[in-house]
Amino acid sequence: MSVDTETVRRIAHLARIAVKEEALEPMTGELNTILGWVEQLGEVNTDGVEPMTSVVDAKLRWRQDEVTDGNYPERVTGSAPDGDDGFFTVPKVVE
Amino acid sequence: MTEFTKLTMAEARDGLKAKDFTSVELTEAHVSAMEAARVLNCFVTETAERALMQAQKSDEKLQSGTGGPMEGLPLAIKDLFCTDGVQTTASSHILEGFVPRYESTVSSNLWRDGAVMLGKTNLDEFAMGSSNETSYFGNVINPYRRPGDETPLVPGGSSGGSSAAVAARLALGATGTDTGGSIRQPAAFTGIVGIKPTYGRCSRWGIVAFASSLDQAGPMTRTVQDAAIMLGSMAGYDPKDSTSVDRPVPDYEKALTGDVKGLKIGVPKEYRVDGMPSEIEALWQRGIDWLKDAGAEIVDISLPHTKYALPAYYIVAPAEASSNLARYDGVKYGLRHDGKDIVEMYEQTRAAGFGAEVQRRVMIGTYVLSAGYYDAYYLKAQKVRSLIAGDFKSVFEKVDAILTPTTPSAAFGAGEKSDDPLSMYLNDVFTVTGNLAGLPGISVPAGVDGQGLPLGLQVVGKPFDEEMVLRVADVIEKAAGPQAAPQEWWKA
Repeated sequence: MSVDTETVRRIAHLARIAVKEEALEPMTGELNTILGWVEQLGEVNTDGVEPMTSVVDAKLRWRQDEVTDGNYPERVTGSAPDGDDGFFTVPKVVE
Repeated sequence: MTEFTKLTMAEARDGLKAKDFTSVELTEAHVSAMEAARVLNCFVTETAERALMQAQKSDEKLQSGTGGPMEGLPLAIKDLFCTDGVQTTASSHILEGFVPRYESTVSSNLWRDGAVMLGKTNLDEFAMGSSNETSYFGNVINPYRRPGDETPLVPGGSSGGSSAAVAARLALGATGTDTGGSIRQPAAFTGIVGIKPTYGRCSRWGIVAFASSLDQAGPMTRTVQDAAIMLGSMAGYDPKDSTSVDRPVPDYEKALTGDVKGLKIGVPKEYRVDGMPSEIEALWQRGIDWLKDAGAEIVDISLPHTKYALPAYYIVAPAEASSNLARYDGVKYGLRHDGKDIVEMYEQTRAAGFGAEVQRRVMIGTYVLSAGYYDAYYLKAQKVRSLIAGDFKSVFEKVDAILTPTTPSAAFGAGEKSDDPLSMYLNDVFTVTGNLAGLPGISVPAGVDGQGLPLGLQVVGKPFDEEMVLRVADVIEKAAGPQAAPQEWWKA
């Protein structure tokens, strides 16, 4: 499978990365090189093989659903590039 | 007078305990060394003041005999570990200026045990790279050079600032993280020891995430004993990481018995890759001979799916990265570039904040996870991953550990591979299998190539058998003998 510039434009949008028009073509080439190389996995017979979902033989633990932390909004929002009085801010999203 | 920066971590620890010198003296010597080596660009952030304050406190504890196992020992921390009150960048523009208000579990463990922080080390951006050439804060330079040649060599990556700092005697040890080889490969390139523990052995909490099913933290030091000391402090159960494993942390130093008699060491034929330099072949053979001479039994083994590890990795890792890096959106931390609406703000922020390699991997990851392609790429790769893990599982029914070279070459020159992602990816051909299968692996210095550059051998063990890995590496280290330290050309 290979991608064309239109697909790369769509993926860039899905990935929320602005890609300049003139960068689409070289990026398409780079992605196709990598996608072409991973294609060799097709040689491996994986019929009946379960995909790996857990690296170590361990069940995920359960925990009590209770509040153990919090009440410091200024520490949470303090690193925001445009934090305001304990809030994160974003451009207007509702008209 | 003691040359403080020449001490191993074990010697420094014992000297402090015996009150032969103080942590302030030890730390001042390392701070001076760090400041005199800025041309190597090992550190994104130096924290000399904090180091000296910690050292003073350590001296009080050492004086009263209440010091921890790492009391007063100056370390460098990879700038991927969140440190409370100290900038943490992942070497990315998008996190420049980010000052976390919390501490990663692994670094907390080190401070609990008394260690001192010299600063935060440079790395490939978001740990994506094998040469430390993708950092927003510039390349790190390997302290080793080819003889009579001033060409800057790469220190390996992604933990390149950590490897160079330890090799250049700027820190007694450093933390690293390893997703496809990012501890072991830079350790090999700079003549130091680096261990990637079993997945789940060290908590991932508070480490900037790259690929969550592969990432694992570990120590980078100048000796196997030092790695054992530091791993003992870093490892342990953490309820804040759901994949952290609840089992006791052994005394890793006790595992260094110097005895490998009767152990079965596997040598996988698939690691004899096409075009492998004869020097790497010779290094591997030397390692085999050393272990044989020490009484181990060498067993030829086969890991038939080895060839497919790298392509599987380059689906799984970018897929997980694209998901993990979705959080850098210009809202919660770091950089923000404005746009006409919120989506454009995200897109402009991420275009300006991520470098080329990170963008490439996020794009690949987004594509392989996108509707209609998930089965063909991600699911297929996870199935191949099961086969790779299965290869190891059956082999470990017959052997105690596996011996391979760490890398297919010694350190290369800056810029020599950065134009070709695929040739760069091949650096991890021997290490990436350990990440896919979650196994512990160590790189130990084992000699030099024809130009005098360090080379490493890798020992891979069963899950949670770090003790075996360290024990075998210790025997290799002793057999290889002392390795030449780099010439301190940066001091001139």
